[in-house]
Amino acid sequence: MNPPAPEPIRELALEGITKRFPGVLACDRISVTVRRGEVHALVGENGAGKSTLMNVVAGLYQPDQGRILVDGEPVRFRTPAEARARGIGMVHQDFMLVPGLTVAENVALGLRAAGPRLRLDLDRARRSVAEVAGRHQLPVDADAPVWQLSVGEQQRVELVKTLCLGARLLVLDEPTSALTPQETDDLLARLERMAAELPIIFISHKLNEVKALSHRVTILRRGAVVFSGDTGRKSTAELAALMTGHEVRQARNDGGGASGRVVLEVTDLKVRADRGHLAVDGLSLELRAGEILGLAGVSGNGQRELADALAGLRPVEAGAIRIAERDLAGALPRRFIEGGMGYIPEDRHHEGIVPGFSVTENLVLKDVGRTAFSRGPFLRLGAIEENAARLRDRFDIRCASTAVAAGSLSGGNIQKVILARELARAPRALVAVYPTRGVDMGAAEFIHGQLLSLRASGAGILLVSEELEELMALSDRIAVVYRGRILGVLEGPAASRERLGRLMAGVEG
Amino acid sequence: MIALRMLHDVLALGVPFSVALLLAALGENFNQRAGVFNLGCDGVMSVGAFLAFLAPYLLARTALAPFANALGFALAAAAGVLLGLLFALVTVTFRASQGIAGIGLQLLGWGIAGTMFRHFIGGVVGIPGVAAWPVPGLSRIPFLGDVLFAHDPVVYLALLAVPASAWLLYRTPWGLRVRAVGAHPRAADTMGTSVARVRYQALMLGGAMAGLGGAYLSLCQARMFADDLVAGRGFIAVALVYFGRWTPLGILGGALLFSLAQALQLIIQVAGIKFPYEFAVMLPYALVIAVLALARRSRMLGPAALGKPYDREARV
Amino acid sequence: MRRFRALYVAGVAAAAGLAAAALASVVLLVIGASPWATFATMFGGPLRDLYGASEIAVRAVPLTLVALGVAISFRSGILNIGAEGQMQVGILASTAVALALPRLPGTVLLPLSLAAGAAAGAAWGGIAGWLRARLDVNEILSTVMLNYIAAQLYGFLLRGPMIDPDELMTGSGTPQSMRLPRGAWLDRLVPGTRLHTGLLLALALAFLVWLFLWRTTLGYRLRAAGEEPRAARYAGIRVERSLVVAMLLAGGFAGLAGSVEVAGVHHRAIEAISAGYGFGGIVVALFGALHPAGIVPAAAFFGLLLFGANMTQRSAGVPGNMVLVLEGVMILAIVSAGMYVSNPYAQERALRAVRRILRPRGDAPGAAPGPATGEGGP
Repeated sequence: MNPPAPEPIRELALEGITKRFPGVLACDRISVTVRRGEVHALVGENGAGKSTLMNVVAGLYQPDQGRILVDGEPVRFRTPAEARARGIGMVHQDFMLVPGLTVAENVALGLRAAGPRLRLDLDRARRSVAEVAGRHQLPVDADAPVWQLSVGEQQRVELVKTLCLGARLLVLDEPTSALTPQETDDLLARLERMAAELPIIFISHKLNEVKALSHRVTILRRGAVVFSGDTGRKSTAELAALMTGHEVRQARNDGGGASGRVVLEVTDLKVRADRGHLAVDGLSLELRAGEILGLAGVSGNGQRELADALAGLRPVEAGAIRIAERDLAGALPRRFIEGGMGYIPEDRHHEGIVPGFSVTENLVLKDVGRTAFSRGPFLRLGAIEENAARLRDRFDIRCASTAVAAGSLSGGNIQKVILARELARAPRALVAVYPTRGVDMGAAEFIHGQLLSLRASGAGILLVSEELEELMALSDRIAVVYRGRILGVLEGPAASRERLGRLMAGVEG
Repeated sequence: MIALRMLHDVLALGVPFSVALLLAALGENFNQRAGVFNLGCDGVMSVGAFLAFLAPYLLARTALAPFANALGFALAAAAGVLLGLLFALVTVTFRASQGIAGIGLQLLGWGIAGTMFRHFIGGVVGIPGVAAWPVPGLSRIPFLGDVLFAHDPVVYLALLAVPASAWLLYRTPWGLRVRAVGAHPRAADTMGTSVARVRYQALMLGGAMAGLGGAYLSLCQARMFADDLVAGRGFIAVALVYFGRWTPLGILGGALLFSLAQALQLIIQVAGIKFPYEFAVMLPYALVIAVLALARRSRMLGPAALGKPYDREARV
Repeated sequence: MRRFRALYVAGVAAAAGLAAAALASVVLLVIGASPWATFATMFGGPLRDLYGASEIAVRAVPLTLVALGVAISFRSGILNIGAEGQMQVGILASTAVALALPRLPGTVLLPLSLAAGAAAGAAWGGIAGWLRARLDVNEILSTVMLNYIAAQLYGFLLRGPMIDPDELMTGSGTPQSMRLPRGAWLDRLVPGTRLHTGLLLALALAFLVWLFLWRTTLGYRLRAAGEEPRAARYAGIRVERSLVVAMLLAGGFAGLAGSVEVAGVHHRAIEAISAGYGFGGIVVALFGALHPAGIVPAAAFFGLLLFGANMTQRSAGVPGNMVLVLEGVMILAIVSAGMYVSNPYAQERALRAVRRILRPRGDAPGAAPGPATGEGGP
């Protein structure tokens, strides 16, 4: 059942794991070995197969081929419960916590009773939480409802919960994606301490963290292992090259170009979040023609609400949004679109495209009423097809034909469709929200290039991103948003990781 | 004094009127808490009503007569379990759209009840029904005695079902699993709960309760069966779950509200107040729409995964 | 791959059909009827003569009209279950208009009364559309409630203000309206049958609906809003307005269906007139894959079923409610099958299972086939 300190796994071996999804080979004969006392990093671009592989280990997916050995013994995990019973403790990137329940209730959900029980025993869960929290120095309040906790606190709860349920090996999927630099350092330190006790696998695409924390690293590319060995033997640049398969050229902003003319001016904006509180609380910024203004900040500080307000998708409590002298705060999305605003949304699959429509149809989603594409009430199918063919070439959209459903394309290509549609409209200002999240490096390079050439043509770009490297490489200036307000704006050269990190954590100056 | 008399009559009628709605809605609450909404509730109630009626009808002059009512309830519950199972197969295993599947179940239920009714009975037939069990002593209290303590035993059981549902939902491991599965099925899955199994169980329980609600209508309330006996109560029950914010106590409040409206309509007619019969009948349905319109904010408080099929293999 | 898909879809459809028939058979067996004989009469009976074929077409007309409206609404993301009530409201309006203006020439009176029926149905549907758009009220619940309300209204008016004065005089009190003036009738298409020119109207409208949904900007916007409302909103499409428009159209088609039934078949508003066409239209729409090209043959098939059920009622004593059972199992089968057909994972799994059976030596090497998607990725 759940003894106080379960015997850690000595060795986890994966042999020849293969996993397919419709149209995609996610894992291609992958073999990896992880031993106790080591932190093993699993690295690769998005789509390389890291998460899929770990989901196989956690029992969520069934491998089509290959086997898993725990301490030399072959095992089959048909359900996540079986994996857990064997001691695989998976901490997912999206927390597997039921928001409406308390911490103790979440833990109780996973604790298996000795026999059929009628009464819910929360005390047992509370005791378990207290014990684990004490042993690993992970303070949590067992009776707090999960939805009230911050992201960092929720992550701690996930760790505690996983250990309470008898984890003998930890798998952490992109654990630092939602943390500030300081919280990241804190977590990495904790993990180093815990590594002495049990093997830890952590999945990441942030190479500096990989170098800092891991002893061994396995690099996946297109579902296959391209390197597995000691982390110390490869430099960050070498790791990056292995990840992408070629020399990584980060598109860089070479400065100059900002004309000084303001294309978008936000003054003292206040916007409410779905929950009711003010997510944007007196935010002001200016976007100039020919510049890329980066917006840095930990996810959840109002970026989403700001971007929505800038597209007319959210009502505005107070403040102004001026585009070319007209205040459009609170206007309908169509007015923003006509005013020259472009928008690359966060959720490309559900907000950027209509997945069931063809690529052709998606490329005219915003412009179907214009005379170029319609005659009176009727669609001009010929013009729409031509448009699709042209954009497909110009933006290198990889698809069998533009008649396929847009939802069946890979993430990078979907993003290209959205980019094509937005850029073809020659916007005055473009808001791009996490444009390269979950996109492979090749497509990311392309997108960066497109953003830079849009900048060169005189448009202003508000680039919202979590990747400090991306922001520092592309932006003329970087603004940091914290609790719904701009805490500081740093000019390109002055924007260092340390200064940005401090601002992101709410420390001014 | 007339007003007081009317109030007394409305309340005394309203409480038993609420039983069918209450049972069906409490059952539907389990469905929805687990993430599935079953719009076929009305059809299940119809089948339950018919089967519950069939038992005493067939066994009236046989040796089993004293057990006929209990048997009727048992049959209704069993049919509800089977129909719930069918609905679970379609919506959980086949992952079909819950709204449309609900309408399909609806029509199936109506069809089964109507077909069997026409075939086996064919006309309006009364049955003795279940006798009232006045609580000794308490039922003599003026005014409240009639309202609360002079009903048939099923009414008392139905009222007990409210705290029983709450206990089941909040104080047992199964209830915890139901709530988790409806709010964040993937989390529940990773922690070892079979989302499908819990949903099947919830739907079968919900079906059984809907069947019992229908049984009450034919066995105790109307003491007969007709095609339009259930008259949309199943849909009202589904709306009640939203209205009651997915809590047994809220559902009780909603059920009483509707049944009091129905009782009021009846008392008005009996009192001879001139009001077109059809408009009085319209009242509960219009009330449902009004209630749904006013309860819009409560959507946020509902189970987050309500209405969405769960596929473990789907790439997140 | 294409060939497998065709086989796969056919296989799923066959399995669904068999399951539906099996479930219906259970009910038949319980009431002591022979499933085989019942289905034989149901499917074979009507096709024996011209009259049977015409009766199928008579039923197919309102089914087609309702289904077209349902298809528009479902594709726009709003589930209209209120066709029954919308039909009844439409009948009331068109009958009232026709009776109020008996002296107008037929070329004016007929279109006018039909339009009134469509408008009334549209308004009734619009209520639910507005409730959904503005107050986020679940449209299935609101349209079902509106059905019950409309039924009461219908009964009230037909028993009261709109009752045929003759009925009152003779004392029989059948709730039905006066006969419509000749000018408001739809002409007979085939003498000796009940088939009327409404058939032509239905077919023309089927074509127009196709044109509307796939060749106009408004149709494009409705479909986008129905497929992915969030993306549609981001693209500047007024999703709330689309929902209302869709319900207006759906209600209008249902109202028109009722009016056409009155003008073409019964020539007066009677009690059980819309019986079953409201829900039947939903089944037809689903069966026709929400596309006019599928709806027309589906309506014919369902007309066959309805007439066949009539015949089995008379000959084999199977109660008419059996139709509801059939509708129910058909809906359940169609939505279950639909998920299998549109789910790429299910198809993949089936393909691999078939491969394993055909090639017992081992798995086929190499990557899985499928549409070229460039680099694999989330």
